[in-house]
Amino acid sequence: MKIRFWGVRGSIPSPGPKTVRYGGNTTCIEVRSDDGELIILDAGSGIFPLAQTLLKELPVKANVFITHTHWDHIHGLPFFIPFFIPGNSVRIHGAYDVISSQGIEQIMDVQMQYSYFPIREAELKARIEYQTLEIGEVVTIGDATVTNTLLNHPVIDFGYRVDCKGKSMFFTGDHEPWFNIYDEGDEGYAEYQTMVDEKQQQMDEVVRGVDVLIMDCSYTAAEYPAKKGWGHSTFDYAIALARRAGVKKLVCTHHEPTRSDDELEQVFAEACLRCKPLPGDPEILLSREGMELDL
Amino acid sequence: MTQLTPELEKKLTTAVDRMPAFPRSVQKVLELTRNINCLPKELVGVLEKDPVMTMKILKVINSAYYSMPNKITSVNQSVVYLGINTVKNLALSFAAVGILPKVNTAGFDIQRYLVHSLATATVARHLCTKSGSDEIDAGDCYVAGLLHDFGKVVFAQFMAPEFREALELRDKMPLHEAERQIIGVDHGVAGAMLAKRWQFPEALVQCIRDHHRSDVESTLMMDCVRLADQICRKVYLSSEERQQDWKAQKPIVARFGDNLEAIVASLGDFDKIVAEAVVFVQVESNT
Repeated sequence: MKIRFWGVRGSIPSPGPKTVRYGGNTTCIEVRSDDGELIILDAGSGIFPLAQTLLKELPVKANVFITHTHWDHIHGLPFFIPFFIPGNSVRIHGAYDVISSQGIEQIMDVQMQYSYFPIREAELKARIEYQTLEIGEVVTIGDATVTNTLLNHPVIDFGYRVDCKGKSMFFTGDHEPWFNIYDEGDEGYAEYQTMVDEKQQQMDEVVRGVDVLIMDCSYTAAEYPAKKGWGHSTFDYAIALARRAGVKKLVCTHHEPTRSDDELEQVFAEACLRCKPLPGDPEILLSREGMELDL
Repeated sequence: MTQLTPELEKKLTTAVDRMPAFPRSVQKVLELTRNINCLPKELVGVLEKDPVMTMKILKVINSAYYSMPNKITSVNQSVVYLGINTVKNLALSFAAVGILPKVNTAGFDIQRYLVHSLATATVARHLCTKSGSDEIDAGDCYVAGLLHDFGKVVFAQFMAPEFREALELRDKMPLHEAERQIIGVDHGVAGAMLAKRWQFPEALVQCIRDHHRSDVESTLMMDCVRLADQICRKVYLSSEERQQDWKAQKPIVARFGDNLEAIVASLGDFDKIVAEAVVFVQVESNT
């Protein structure tokens, strides 16, 4: 299995001299199975440069998995060039949205409205299919399987685990640690804490032993209290999780858009130091546009 | 008859989506959600007191769209799974349906229903804790108590003429018997049909369905709800009148002893339970 990062930034594309080294595109991760099946995790602006490279291997057969429908994870989709070429096929997977009562097809409907985009979905030439996933549903793509798990974000967010011939990776999409909504001493505190612990344990089990864990690490521990409830994790939480679950490699991603490359390296180094390296620790690194991992 | 006709089932199922929630919770949801930093526990505190909001949230989360590995039984659990923002937006969409009118053409006292349901929920939770059993969760008993009479509010809203007729027979026979005679099923069967259709946990479905049936084998959850229902039946009486009423009755379930008054005394301050329920209803009537 091969993993390539095309977009690593959170919230909004952030190009410019201060983000040149790590990149300014929003989330998009290309995963290739051993047999070459194409799995694309999220469709942030990073999907556009990915699309350019796919033109060399027509016809494209792409399997897109959307973690959640916030803009920075879908706004590159209308610019996924293989849509415009006959003979290509694209299958888009994602969760059902209870608020709009719609399946994953809404991410194209909504973005390709007349006022926002010049081309209608009906005018696209590729074959497009949508698959709205149930929680825990396993999708087989050639020699790979993709399994989702429900994580915690202000909108339904699926983390995806990809398995292929004994190798595995997990990507969180956007995720905040579950937290107790009650204060210690409140009547509901203990009961709620039990549920929070159960959810975390379920996540740990899904992540357990993966070769690569790619995780939302938007904030530092110091920044987090002011951003609680916004749906993102910290470096410290990710490192603790990776250790607990016996992960081999932790890749920290969803970089805060206002953080320069220098600042990013600084907060990352501080977090690694704070967590005091232990023997047997996973390798921990920052995601970077263009970075490739070969498992 | 213990089964609904397909026509009646269809009518009630489609009706509930259009079912408004209680004025107090709609008002509170709108008020709380205007503040971007509203406390999740405050929102949950409102939602879990409203049978309509609770029913609708459980309906969504247990729906086939998600195929949850475990059935979800409480508002809190829904928040853990869906996240507070999604639950908040669900609540807003329920609030947008409107508010239950204070007066309905069935002549059903919606406020008294709510006080009774809330008090029953609280007492059922206390009873479960008191039983010391870890067979079921006390929170499940709360939800069962809150929703046990849900069928009544559906009847009042969507089958007003028939329900009015049943209510008028109340002096001659218990309401659930009058419902069976006039509507064909009692409110337990109607409420359970909805709960079943929405894939609520089987124990909850059973509890709603059979709480007025003496011929089915009881479970701990059902014992808690039936006894709580009995204790809270005349929740609108004065404290002294309630005492007299309990003194004159035997508990309808044996599990907690044979002295109803003593059981109530062991639950703590019953007047407080009622007062809290009344507050939830009263505030809305002042607005």
